[in-house]
Amino acid sequence: MFGTFDRASAQRGWQVYEEVCHACHGLRFVAFRNLHALGFSTEQVEAIASRFEVQAGPNDEGEMFMTPAKAASHIPSPFANDQAARVANNGALPPDLSLITQARVGAADYVYAILTHYRDPAPEGFNLNSGMFYNEYFPGHQIGMPPPLSDDRVTYLDGTKATVSQMAHDVTTFLTWAAEPNMEQRKQLGITVLLFLIVLTGFLYALKRQIWSDVEH
Amino acid sequence: MASHSPYEWKNPTVAWIDRRLPIFSMARADLVDYPTPKNLNYWWNFGSLAGIVLVIMIATGIFLAMQYTPHASLAFESVERIMRDVNYGWLMRYLHMNGASMFFIVVYIHIFRGLYYGSYKAPREILWIIGVFILLAMMATGFMGYVLPWGQMSFWGATVITNLFSAFPLVGSDIVTWLWGGFSVDNPTLNRFFALHYLLPFILFGLVFVHLWALHTVKSNNPLGIDVKGPQDTLPFTPYYTAKDMFGLGVFLIFYLFFVFFQPNFFGEPDNFIKANPLVTPAHIVPEWYFLPFYAILRAITFDLFWGLVPAKLLGVLAMFAAVLILALLPWLDRSPVRSARFRPIFKWVFWLFLANCLLLGYVGARPPEGINVYLGQAATAVYFLFFLVVLPLLSFIERPRPLPTSISTAVTPAGVGVSARGVAE
Repeated sequence: MFGTFDRASAQRGWQVYEEVCHACHGLRFVAFRNLHALGFSTEQVEAIASRFEVQAGPNDEGEMFMTPAKAASHIPSPFANDQAARVANNGALPPDLSLITQARVGAADYVYAILTHYRDPAPEGFNLNSGMFYNEYFPGHQIGMPPPLSDDRVTYLDGTKATVSQMAHDVTTFLTWAAEPNMEQRKQLGITVLLFLIVLTGFLYALKRQIWSDVEH
Repeated sequence: MASHSPYEWKNPTVAWIDRRLPIFSMARADLVDYPTPKNLNYWWNFGSLAGIVLVIMIATGIFLAMQYTPHASLAFESVERIMRDVNYGWLMRYLHMNGASMFFIVVYIHIFRGLYYGSYKAPREILWIIGVFILLAMMATGFMGYVLPWGQMSFWGATVITNLFSAFPLVGSDIVTWLWGGFSVDNPTLNRFFALHYLLPFILFGLVFVHLWALHTVKSNNPLGIDVKGPQDTLPFTPYYTAKDMFGLGVFLIFYLFFVFFQPNFFGEPDNFIKANPLVTPAHIVPEWYFLPFYAILRAITFDLFWGLVPAKLLGVLAMFAAVLILALLPWLDRSPVRSARFRPIFKWVFWLFLANCLLLGYVGARPPEGINVYLGQAATAVYFLFFLVVLPLLSFIERPRPLPTSISTAVTPAGVGVSARGVAE
């Protein structure tokens, strides 16, 4: 989907994740230090980390304690365990988002579509269970997640207008990066490697032709 | 390997070593002087490619094993750590993951090449049978390797495949418990699969060595399928075929690395990015693509036999294993004295139909077993076994092969065209 990540969009996507998604969804494979890759400065990354609390310890008294996160900390998950998450969410389990764009058929398009295709009220005759929401793209159409985005749900620092589709686009960009932070490096190295191989293979073909030139076959 | 003519080595150190351990003579005989038919086409590149892929798999696998943790609660996390935090870990893993698919692509082409040109016929029966063992070892290795990332498809694939053994009467469920090391696929299963996944490639390496030993004893077949008559029919392996194999390797690497760098998850399943969860079964459990034809044969048997004495599940399991093992009988099922399909007008067509049937089985294996897919799978399974058990044995009686050229050199040199029968020198 992306050759390179749109840094500005991914930064806005982080803001959407922090202010909206993080209330329920973890991002356990991403550390705050990884956010440098989105163009945040060291100070910005440390400022972001300090807004989160992580468990540390044990201290001299043998007690675990909560402390502001450091750049090296992984992003703390909002719930202690799956059971706690279910109790707080009407029985539904909000999945960790670290790999969400790779773990669904449709990848990033799936995430964007889920975020932008809620319908209220549900279509005529659809039997919606209580506490559930109608989503055109969710398998079975009944989703436990309330519509997370509404216009101006966040206030972008760069002045971009926070429409639902803008926020969905930004957070999808961010989550695509989070699922595979090495994607840009992979594609850049790939271009170099393939160009090298194409030239090398051309030479190898010439060599083969040269060696076989004295053989009738 | 092959018999070594005594080489004179000028370098005194080399000569000293070679008199005591003839590794230099052996390398010279098998890698340089090995007399190779001069008319091999590019389909003969896939044997050496398979060997190179095995080396790539072992090399990348060793580096991955240094960072991987074979524990049910850490395996998925350690793989993500390789992907994110280990320097070039993503490259090692994508090379290894896609390397497995490439290994099967290359080996399947290698097998179908052997089938088309009759490379399994005398005197190459043992060479062929070792090849079938190599395929079996590859399948076991590939299956266990897919379990290691401990994603949903890893876990449920392992559950489905190991459960197949429960189909055997009386001892079935005990075998499954023994395989699992417990009462479900769990940490002990993951541990032993990792140990075996590390072991099997070295057994594979040994099998490949024996495969090459047999090859260099009976020598390579060729597209005409006729025996080498003398030195005029052959070329030394080096430089001719080393150069050709190097070019083939270049083309192959472009194909392989395109997937590694630009479509690394093309052969994968989204469900395997979700950590294994014994409480949630994926909607469709599918094995890796290279098992799909055999998976289709497994699912094709939907009926009991002998009034329920042999249940459908057992029949399916037996059919699936038989589908691989029947390859070992090929030298005796195909009685035609002519090797190459070029001179077998009916077999040539049967071969392509068989290949198409295998692709159809692969397609059916990937679909949910509903509606028309069930009948397609059953028909294709019947065709698969009819090919081996009925068509090939009968064909040797009814088919009239075209005349064979007198030798490779008369067939492939322009002067030789007039000598051999018209239309023979393709």
